[in-house]
Amino acid sequence: MDYVPHTPEDQRQMTEIIGIKTVDELFADIPEKYKLKGLLDLPPALSEQEVAALMKGISSRNAVPPITLMGAGVYNHYIPAVVGHVISRSEFYTAYTPYQAEISQGILQAIYEYQTMIAKVTGMQVANASMYDGASAMAEAAVLAAKTLSREKIVIVRSVHPEYRQVVGTYAWANGYEVVEIPYGKSGQLDRDALSHAVDDRTAAVLVQSPNFFGIIEDIASIESTVHAKGALLVSGFTEATSLGILKPAGEMGADFVVGEGQSFGNPMNYGGPYLGIFASTAKFLRKIPGRLAGATVDKEGKRGFVLTLQTREQHIRRERATSNICSNEALCALAAAVYLVSLGKNLKKLAELNIQKANYLKQRLSELEGWNVVFPAPVYNEFVIRCPDPKKVNQKLEAAGVIGGYELEKDYPELGNSLLFCATEMLTKEDMDRVLSIVAQ
Amino acid sequence: MELIFEKSRPGRIATGIPKSDVPEVAVTSIISKSLFRDDVDLPEVAEVDLIRHYTQLSKRNFGVDVGFYPLGSCTMKYNPKINEDVSRLPGLTSLHPYSPVKFSQGSLQIMYELRQHLSEIFGMADFSLQPAAGAHGELTGVMVIKKYFEKKGQKRSKILIPDTAHGTNPASGALCGYHVVTVRSNAEGGVDIGHLLELMTKDVAGLMITNPNTLGLFERNIEQVSEIVHRRGGILYCDGANANAFMGVTKPGDLGIDVIQLNLHKTFSTPHGCGGPGSGPVGVRKDLVRYLPVPRVIKKGRRYDWKYDFPDSIGRVRAFYGNFNVMVKAYTYIRSLGPDGLKRASEIAVLNANYVKERLRAYYDLPYDRICMHECVFSGKRQVKESGVHTSDIAKRLLDYGYHPPTIYFPLIVPEAIMIEPNETESKETLDAFCDTMIAIAGEAKENPDLVKSAPLTTAVKRLDDVKAAREPDVCWRKA
Repeated sequence: MDYVPHTPEDQRQMTEIIGIKTVDELFADIPEKYKLKGLLDLPPALSEQEVAALMKGISSRNAVPPITLMGAGVYNHYIPAVVGHVISRSEFYTAYTPYQAEISQGILQAIYEYQTMIAKVTGMQVANASMYDGASAMAEAAVLAAKTLSREKIVIVRSVHPEYRQVVGTYAWANGYEVVEIPYGKSGQLDRDALSHAVDDRTAAVLVQSPNFFGIIEDIASIESTVHAKGALLVSGFTEATSLGILKPAGEMGADFVVGEGQSFGNPMNYGGPYLGIFASTAKFLRKIPGRLAGATVDKEGKRGFVLTLQTREQHIRRERATSNICSNEALCALAAAVYLVSLGKNLKKLAELNIQKANYLKQRLSELEGWNVVFPAPVYNEFVIRCPDPKKVNQKLEAAGVIGGYELEKDYPELGNSLLFCATEMLTKEDMDRVLSIVAQ
Repeated sequence: MELIFEKSRPGRIATGIPKSDVPEVAVTSIISKSLFRDDVDLPEVAEVDLIRHYTQLSKRNFGVDVGFYPLGSCTMKYNPKINEDVSRLPGLTSLHPYSPVKFSQGSLQIMYELRQHLSEIFGMADFSLQPAAGAHGELTGVMVIKKYFEKKGQKRSKILIPDTAHGTNPASGALCGYHVVTVRSNAEGGVDIGHLLELMTKDVAGLMITNPNTLGLFERNIEQVSEIVHRRGGILYCDGANANAFMGVTKPGDLGIDVIQLNLHKTFSTPHGCGGPGSGPVGVRKDLVRYLPVPRVIKKGRRYDWKYDFPDSIGRVRAFYGNFNVMVKAYTYIRSLGPDGLKRASEIAVLNANYVKERLRAYYDLPYDRICMHECVFSGKRQVKESGVHTSDIAKRLLDYGYHPPTIYFPLIVPEAIMIEPNETESKETLDAFCDTMIAIAGEAKENPDLVKSAPLTTAVKRLDDVKAAREPDVCWRKA
């Protein structure tokens, strides 16, 4: 099935008007020796019915257990039905970037509303229309800080998601920046002495995450002065966006940039993507931030309307002097996030409370088991680190019972041997958790 | 139209939250009150308000399903519905990326086979599917080049980019710390060989070309370009944004391309979603595979697994594995079309572009009068001279006739550029109707230029004040 509507007669008439005999003649600019003689070595074409059956078969090779204790940067949340219905409207999903504002008011207004809601929940003054994901948003914030301040050192806390640290490392390497990692302390929050020691007048940015990879809420307010005293910029990240429903946002505590993963806002886990990178900043950086920005304006009759604005920051105007190279972003995921936030409204706080309650229950009950100990005393949102006698065996038992277990921390944190990172969202019932307890207690 | 915030009424909700079924503990006994926020200021609306709001917004938006969308270089072909349906199979959408591999065999199979198919179509040794979009793929490709020279112990500080390139190319080069040097185009729209020879020195990492280029023209001198770049130890990079022109006809790998990035959301029919999600796989020649991002899917017997241990890799460019759900749609598309379908798609894309070029050539200036590939580039210079009507006016007038306009003012080397990419999924009748409209607008420009300059007349809003938007930026709503 090739979705080409041309009949042989159409093709005949068209070639005649062009003045050629065969379509092959249109490829005359390609040197003959480089033209393929036969067909590509690919599986043969399929009808819609066949391809539907094929994909159903492949998808059934995946197994989606009804209970998951895995978070670690991606979270299993309930997605209200309205989200899927809105993003399934093909006026949205089959459109390109809104370059022609007059026929793109739908997405431009929706993105303007998204930016507004993101600024509100992060406590910042401005937000862009999205980045690729939380990790690349953090990396771009670091690069932007370094370029803005003409400094080459980036300080990152070890409790930032391991994959985010790797992405920051890649972007920093490509730009010739130095990355210095500072440890977390015994509480699970960042080590403040190490921070004071690491931040100097060469430091462009300090990258921290709250809740951090261990689920622990960082005390952003207490580190802000250390960072700014040396003229560096504070980049505060997150991977669990629903925490913004209840926790004091970093924007209210002196962060210059708030970046994070927006997947929790109405986007399915999708085996890793697509998600959306949230990028918010203080007003000071409005003309420097990467990515698209929808802005309000008026039409020539004075009616309110929306356009892509401040485009002189962007690559298609400024080329090698652009703030970033980003072009496509994750607009449809941002639309899903916007619909999710409107759908929950003030209930985002209730949802966050429910997550705290569920995780607290699981944490308390697991810690009552023989040989199981909570590793860090600092408060957590919906994830926690727990030490147990044999994490691999625990996960195997859970897997065998159709449960996705916790994240084995040893591979990224050798010092946290025998520790698992568990997550409990509103999707786990008490019954689910009690079942988990009985499985691991066996 | 009112903003969602203006529709908000205190006390309304659209989604309820379940009651807690665990023994209730005061949250302030779990987390200190000082860490909590006061309020979360989000709109309060009923579900029906939400749905009507977004339905109204959708009616103010133009997609491929609404009408013809010949936006040059963006490949706005029809997005088959079966691809959407299969991508929403719960087995694919509900899987956590850290699920054990034995639970993820289906997803891993899709990624593994998609990489194989892309490698075959483009003649590359292997692909990475991690980059989230075309520009992200470019960045990844340039990082691969940087790592290659780093491992060879060579310091090369410059990268060459033709003046016809997409803006993302120089921006990607710069984001990798390269000094970007522009190569001129020659009179027939290709790379100026003399200029390339002059610039391609030992401190140049490589050349980033787009082939077919943004004029819609195939680089006739590709052999010579490849030879010049390689003779001086450089890497030949190809921006694959225009790959819809040659699937099954030729392979970039055979043409001497060392690194290529694709846009699955263009060539492989995954919908653009108002600007994303995309997916920007990067393909490389054999000796560069070891520099690709980690992790990579491997196959052992019939089982798929993740492998992280590639010591020469550039590392990661994003978390997890890429925009998996987009890959599902591209994979489905390749399986639907098969080898003959992909070839036919490219052939008809090129046929359609040449047909439009032929039908409009008497009415608009054609700066490079050659056979084109999947898109053709006109200039509105004649209209400016005759009646002061600019390309932007012509584009806005097209809105009144129910079309999405072509890409305009790009490539930069064509004044008043009108870049038309019709795509293979559009019928002769659609093209004829569009061409008739373009011809009618050329007539209007002559006879009634003020009408064209005042377009659009039929849209939800009239021409918008971009200058005001930039001078008094308002990117987040605040209560008056």
